[in-house]
Amino acid sequence: MNWLIVMNKLLLAKSAVAGTFMPVQATEISKQVDNLYGFLVVVSFVSCAILIGGMIYFAVKYKRKTQNDKTAYITHDTRLEVLWSVIPLIVFLLVFAWGWIIYHDMRTMPTNALEIQVTGKQWAWSVDYKNGVKASEVVVPVNRDVKLILASDDVIHSFYVPSFRIKQDAVPGRYTALWFRAEKLGEFHVFCTEYCGTSHSRMLTKLRVVSQADFDKWLTEESDVSGLPLAQRGAKIFQTRACASCHSVDSPVVKVGPSLKARWGTPLNVEDGTTGVFDENYVRESVMLPQQKIAKGFPKPSPMPSFQGQLSEAEMIALIEYIKGLN
Amino acid sequence: MSTSRLVNGVEVASHYRDANHQYQSNKEGLWLFMVTEILMFGGLFVGYIIFHGIYPEMFAEGARSLDWKMGFINTLVLIFSSFTMALGIYFIQVKQNKKATIALAVTIACGFVFMLIKYLEYTHKFHLGLYPGRMLHMHEGAPEHANLGMYFGFYYCMTGLHGIHVMIGMGLIGWVMIKNMRGDFNEKYFTPVEGVGIFWHIVDLIWIFLFPLLYLVG
Amino acid sequence: MGHVSTGKSYINEEPGLKSWFTSLDHKRIAILYFVAVMTFFLIGGIMALLLRLELFSPNTAGSVMEHIPNFLRKAGDTPADLYNQVMTYHGAMMVFMVIVPGIPAIFGNFFLPLQIGAKDVAFPRLNLLSWYVFMAGAALAVSTFFFSKIDTGWTFYTPYSIRSGTSVVMMVVAAFIMGMSSILTGLNFIVTVHKLRAPGMTMWRMPLFCWAIYSTAIIQVLATPILAITLLLLAMERTFGVGIFDPKLGGDPVLFQHFFWFYSHPAVYIMILPAMGIISELITTYSKKTIFGYTAIAYSSIGIAAVSFFVWGHHLFVSGQSEVAGIVFSFLTMLVGVPTAIKMFNWLATLYKGSIEFRAPLLYALGFLFLFAIGGMTGVILAVTAVDVHFHDTYFVVAHFHYVMVGGTLMAIMGGLFHWFPKIFGKMHSETGAIMSWVFIFIGFNVTFFPQFILGAKGMPRRYFDYIPEYEQLNKISTVGSWLIATGFIIALITVIKGLTSGAKAPKNPWGSKTLEWHAESPPIMHNFEQDPIVTAGPYEYK
Repeated sequence: MNWLIVMNKLLLAKSAVAGTFMPVQATEISKQVDNLYGFLVVVSFVSCAILIGGMIYFAVKYKRKTQNDKTAYITHDTRLEVLWSVIPLIVFLLVFAWGWIIYHDMRTMPTNALEIQVTGKQWAWSVDYKNGVKASEVVVPVNRDVKLILASDDVIHSFYVPSFRIKQDAVPGRYTALWFRAEKLGEFHVFCTEYCGTSHSRMLTKLRVVSQADFDKWLTEESDVSGLPLAQRGAKIFQTRACASCHSVDSPVVKVGPSLKARWGTPLNVEDGTTGVFDENYVRESVMLPQQKIAKGFPKPSPMPSFQGQLSEAEMIALIEYIKGLN
Repeated sequence: MSTSRLVNGVEVASHYRDANHQYQSNKEGLWLFMVTEILMFGGLFVGYIIFHGIYPEMFAEGARSLDWKMGFINTLVLIFSSFTMALGIYFIQVKQNKKATIALAVTIACGFVFMLIKYLEYTHKFHLGLYPGRMLHMHEGAPEHANLGMYFGFYYCMTGLHGIHVMIGMGLIGWVMIKNMRGDFNEKYFTPVEGVGIFWHIVDLIWIFLFPLLYLVG
Repeated sequence: MGHVSTGKSYINEEPGLKSWFTSLDHKRIAILYFVAVMTFFLIGGIMALLLRLELFSPNTAGSVMEHIPNFLRKAGDTPADLYNQVMTYHGAMMVFMVIVPGIPAIFGNFFLPLQIGAKDVAFPRLNLLSWYVFMAGAALAVSTFFFSKIDTGWTFYTPYSIRSGTSVVMMVVAAFIMGMSSILTGLNFIVTVHKLRAPGMTMWRMPLFCWAIYSTAIIQVLATPILAITLLLLAMERTFGVGIFDPKLGGDPVLFQHFFWFYSHPAVYIMILPAMGIISELITTYSKKTIFGYTAIAYSSIGIAAVSFFVWGHHLFVSGQSEVAGIVFSFLTMLVGVPTAIKMFNWLATLYKGSIEFRAPLLYALGFLFLFAIGGMTGVILAVTAVDVHFHDTYFVVAHFHYVMVGGTLMAIMGGLFHWFPKIFGKMHSETGAIMSWVFIFIGFNVTFFPQFILGAKGMPRRYFDYIPEYEQLNKISTVGSWLIATGFIIALITVIKGLTSGAKAPKNPWGSKTLEWHAESPPIMHNFEQDPIVTAGPYEYK
């Protein structure tokens, strides 16, 4: 029964290792991936122990004693060499097959899944639900198959949820997809993992897993923003259009573009030397035609995307109202 | 090391045993270099084949605007020049260096004819506004396919790179021709001529692939 | 034995600085490469320190990048832009200007002819030309520094590299030119190995370092042309908008990744194979024992070179390539693991019943085995499709390739440097200095990069200028480690300089090595050997 105890210990070590370093397991697939990863860590540990341990053991044991040491003349040993070629090969093929099985699950899209469109854009994700709701974070119901259809407006981005162990590039000019079935309620990080320029590291968002009832409630609430006061509607647009990833609103710290905190009504230095005032028309022009009047000290061409044709007049007014309120 | 010695009228660098050793080494180096040339064009061919598969009609439209007769004449010119190049090497081997000079001169002349026809083709395309990529701006009518510029991207890239090789080849042939007129070569030593010859044949071979791909397929 | 040295060597035979820049001697050209590559390594290393310093804490309290002097930055570049530029230069310089040319152009140039008993490489003129071509490319790359920089990462992924407003075309042309140099060097070495071996030096009597350089040269010649054409197409794309890689014009951005990795994955083996060659030399010499499984190690070099051309797709598991492609590339990648494992076990078996002398080169070699074991096993982890989906483009990958490239290649370069120092310069270096450098580099390396495995497991993506607070602790440790590595390299530099200026005269064969280069004078004379060597036995006959 000795080997059973050893196996048991190995399994414990495996889950301990996997549990320590990997993020929360929020899906069934993440557990499977962690099991495979744990196995790989144990195998790596054992083989490193053999190699490194053997190396240290030999190095100490066969340390040079005199300048005239005689060494054994061993050129090769076919049996040994076959052994250490075949055993790694078997292990590699095993983990390859194991990985294949899980990968196949990851890549086979479930039928009847809740489909959500996610679009990457420098430097924010925009999320579209079937009923027209637009959001900057992904909200999904628990215990339900969800399929994200990924696209990109500009360069390649990659949608990554560490707690789900899933990742997929969003490639401009085509659609890619990934799926998951969240089993834990809560908020999870979403990172962009394909380098996409200046604010790549700030292209973060949240994936929120809620109960089906909360999800339904959220969806109806979100589709009903028109009833909100102007400034609050503006705040919502500011959030969903991810303005906050480049413009701070609660401190004068410059992220990528100018901070909007207490900016309203202040004098303005344009990069071409002209001056002006930070008012309704300036904000409108900067949103619609960002290359026109770049504030002094900011890059030219401006990394700000143009929202011409994307924001309605009503939305623009709401946004301006919100910025006014930041003073 | 640069020191060399004369063995039977052939200059042999000090790190080689004899003339043949040096000759074999040079030849192997040349062939390896040719392999890299073929691989480089191979990358272009792969790109061409992939996009031809995706946009067959667009490529057909592009191919229609090329004059296959011009391309065909150029193919004949290059094949003939390969023949005269080989002849040049042969004449040196049989100690008829004067004839070799003539053969090499004819080869260069063929290169000129090829480049002249290429020039006529290019200027004709420019005249019609058929530039690569987003610079494509047809003077009459509009392209049937919006991304026709890609075809001309491939066209100019492939024929341009090949054209550069033809010009380099002409320069090299000119160099060995002058050396031959100075009497640097004899039946025992003609490695540079043979090397330039291999280069010229490969350039010719690449054209034999380019011609059907660009002018005929579609 | 009774031979009296004339005191003449390749170093002093032709006087004057100018003679160095026109020299066709392979040893002098190796020195030219050595100086150039080490300079670039210094610049790339300073950039690495800067990157680690930035990541010392999350970017709330301001950025280190703000302290970059004005003449090195373009107006309007935010700290994040500067970080991205430094990140790109660090990668591009270390890959194209340090690790790829490193071992082949320095040690390969110097020792390949010596080890096979030749007077020079097959094409000495071409060899010098390669150096000038390399320097031209490098100068162009460095000059972008003073224009508008480049911020695409060393991988130049489209369409970002098409849209980025930086000097992408110039950098790409620079890489193209350096690629030509790499091709010419590889070609030169292949012919040298085929044609210039001394009488009796059969292929199967060549030292394993030569086998490694030979395999590398094959990859250089076969893979680099594809890089050349890829970069040319990218330059075309930016200049004319031909639409091959630009999705807006009907092109395919993922095709660029295929093209790019078709070169760049074999290039990974251009970086590691020569290092493995050095390790074989070091382990036999310092354990005074013949290598275990000579044929297996030689064949495994060729095997790795061959398979390396068919594994590029493992960089694209999450790019949207088909599931079948992912599976096939995963499978093929597993096959590379086998020859690598063979090498590792053979080195281990060589130590068995040896007479092991703890000199700095041996420590570097053992350090290599240690780090490469970890780098190799994490490579297997990354090759497993399902697991790679989680780890792709995280710090786990960053840690993995640094374990292989730095822990592997750089350890081998350092080991090779201290092993061959007496032969190259004819002087002895301080053993204590060399060992101290190893201690700092080895420990510092693990402190820097091991935490990055954990960071990656936790999900921190690579190429991040800023990170969420929960990653702070590990990042701090990693940054401290980078200072230890820097200390190690400073000690190594001092050791080298002291050895050069005040080292004792080196004997012909201070370590009791068996390969041919140790039969030449230290430093060797212009034509390498006083008498043309005739070889009658294998390279490691410690009987």
